[in-house]
Formats: sequence, C-alpha cells, structure tokens
Amino acid sequence: MIPDFDRIQLTDVSRHFGRRRALARVSLTARAGDIVGLLGPNGAGKSTLIGILATLVAPTTGEVRFGDINASGHDALRHRIGLLAHELHLYPELTAQQNLVFFARLYGLDAREAVPAALERAHLTDRAHDEVSGFSRGMRQRLALERALLHRPRLVLLDEPFTGLDDHAVGLVTDRLRRLAADGCIVVMATHDLDLADGLVTRVAVIRNGRLISDEPAGPGLRARYRMLMGSA
Amino acid sequence: MFATIALLVLRKDVAIEVKSREILYTTLFFAVSCVLVFAFAFVKEGRVIEDAPAGILWIAIAFAGTLALGRTFERERYGETLRALLLAPAPRAAIYVGKLLGMILLLLVAELLLVPLIALLFGAAALFARPLLLAGLLLTGTVGFAAVGTLFAAMLVRSRTRDVMLPILLYPITVPVIIAGVRGTSALLQATPDEPAATMWIALLVCFDVVFVTLALWTFEPLMTE
Repeated sequence: MIPDFDRIQLTDVSRHFGRRRALARVSLTARAGDIVGLLGPNGAGKSTLIGILATLVAPTTGEVRFGDINASGHDALRHRIGLLAHELHLYPELTAQQNLVFFARLYGLDAREAVPAALERAHLTDRAHDEVSGFSRGMRQRLALERALLHRPRLVLLDEPFTGLDDHAVGLVTDRLRRLAADGCIVVMATHDLDLADGLVTRVAVIRNGRLISDEPAGPGLRARYRMLMGSA
Repeated sequence: MFATIALLVLRKDVAIEVKSREILYTTLFFAVSCVLVFAFAFVKEGRVIEDAPAGILWIAIAFAGTLALGRTFERERYGETLRALLLAPAPRAAIYVGKLLGMILLLLVAELLLVPLIALLFGAAALFARPLLLAGLLLTGTVGFAAVGTLFAAMLVRSRTRDVMLPILLYPITVPVIIAGVRGTSALLQATPDEPAATMWIALLVCFDVVFVTLALWTFEPLMTE
C-alpha cells in the first residue's frame, strides 16, 4: 500500500558536503494546503533542502518525517513526491507525449488515462507529437510541471519554477499551484522572485548560510520583511 | 516490476538513440577510425603481427565503449533526467540495469561492424571459424566492461572532471576483461583454434560479470544517494 501523509516535519536537519555546511539544524513543518515559500540568497541551502525533502539527498543529521513515517529507507514515499527543478527533467529528443508516457509508466500509472489529461492541463494537446527540443521555455515548464504532477503527489517541490516564464505562463503556473494547495497538497517552493511569491505563498521560510532564520505565515510587505531579515541576519 | 522498469529505461534510451543516432554514429566512427589507424600501423606488405587483430578488436571496443558511456550519461545530465529517474518509486538497481542493457546493445552493434572489418583488414577470417565461441567472448566481455562502466559513469555524472575520471577509474578495473578478451580471441585465431583456451577465458569473463554485476546492483542505490 502506498503511504500517505498530511504534513512534513524536519527536525534539526543538517547536511554537510565534505567540510562545507549546506544546512544547519533546520526544523520546519508544513501541512496539507500550505504553499511554503523558501526564500534566501544563492547558496543559502534552499536546493539542498528541496533535495532532502525529495529523498534524493540524505541528511547528515536530523530527522525528516512524512506524517508518521520516517523518510529514511521508505522508498514508497516517492509515490507521493513530485519535483520540478530548474532543470526540467525532460528528454528534449522525445515528444511531449513520449516524455509523459515514459514517466507515467515509471510511476506505474495507466499512461492512456494519465497522459492525455496531463497534456490538456499543460495546454499542449495539439503539440503532443512535437519534440520537446522545439518548445519554448514556457511550454517546457508547463510540460515539466505536469510531468512532476502526473502521479498526483501529496508533496509538490518546486525549485525556481518561474525562471524564464512570461506573464501568461506565470499566471498558469500560479493558478495550478493554488489549485494543488486547495486540493490538499503540500507545496514547497524555492524562489528568488519575491513579487511572485507575495500573494501566492501562505508561509515564508527564509534560509541564510544554511540556517533557517525565519518561518512565519505570509503577510503583506514580503519584500520589505525579507530585506530586513537579510540585513539583520 | 524490476524487469518492467529496466526494459522501460532501455526502450527510452533506444527511442532517443533511434531519433538522434548521435551516440551510435560517434561510437561507430571512433571504433572504425581506431581499427583503420591500427591497420596502417600493423599490416606491412600483407603480413600481420601475430595476435594484433585480437588486441585491436578489444582496444577498439574499450575506447568506443568509453566514449559511448560518457555520451549516454551526458544525455541524462542534460535536464537532470537522472535525478528524475532516481526520484521515481522504482528500484534504483532496475534503472542501472536498464542503462546497462542499452550500453550492451550499443556495443554489440559496434562489434557487429568491428569483427568483419578486422577480419577483412587483418586477414583474420579465422575469427568466424568458431562463431559461437567468438560470440561468447564478445558477449561476456561486453557485459563485464559495460557493467563497470555504467556504474562509474552514473557515479561521475555530476562530477566536473567526469571525462578525465571515467577512463582513470574504468580501465584499471576492466583490465581483466580486456586481457581475457584478447587472449580468448587470440586462441580462436590460431592456425588450429584452441577451443579449450577460449572456453576457459569465457568462463573467467562469466565470473567477472557475475561479481561486478552483483557489486553494481548492490552499490548503485547508496552511490546514487547524495
């Protein structure tokens, strides 16, 4: 049976790469319906944290729990995790449909059912048989998002999901994220784009030098608050 | 589940290669160039240095295989698709097996071209005298080389020095494969093919394959977790 959860909890999670400290004693909880914005400068540890939540990076110390399940050694949890990174995890030589069919089967889904619906949500039904290498950044991003969501994950992890998108594409992605949260997903999004995060995220976690320096509900004036934290940290 | 995932990864790699033909063409071109250069060096007035065809065959396989390994995983690095594969709720060893099967298939295609070419350029028609033994040597040698190479290429995919590190790591460990392949092929090229010797080298290669495929299956998961 595939495990499910309604919250994720990190307790004193640290990660070192050799002598470099990427994360230091980070504790964070997110619940179903949350859209958590992970903010921080380059190299702060946001992508490492996303990697740990995706079970791709093992923490050096600390504990990651998905509901009541400890993440270590529980591979079936990956059925419930979707990741959209800055690199889009798509094969450019394959068509949009071939990419989705491959990943659908990798997750043990019925591709005949899952793929047409995903193409429709990505507004790419008419380009299904075109190679991804011919797509614009926005089209690739929409396809990559639907690829990450094919298996209906509970935890949706996004690393800079708005990079290179025009206003229309940004609107489509933000609408999709709001719907996911409304449907009970936990969305964790690392971003530098404070303007886009403002009004979208429900919680803000700020990381600097691997340390979580703020974790609070989102409110108005995100940019000013962020500047103050960066200045004072 | 395991076999399904491995075949899925294999089919995906084949589908990409059928479209791009990039790795196939570069591997074949490199392997043929290698054999041609050696043919100019080692064939003088129609006479061939003894055992040279066997050595050239396996050197061409090793060099072309190294090139193919690098390119195959470069493809997975672009777009970080290897990470997407590792994120799937599938046995990671199955992903390794899928990549390994793709590499074996590619090298076997290269060998289909290399063997007749070497037989022609080096007057080594005796290669075809014991086709089953030759096929056994090629298959077991290819599996051993690809098993180690696929593991190292996957490990190095995120390393900036992967192009330098892959041969440095790969060749010392696959030396037994190359030696067994060369000695086994030489045995087949004798005036009277030495079947017991060729069979012994095949048995040695089978042992190598069992050990290194087992090791790779065992270590792939922890090695790929960052």
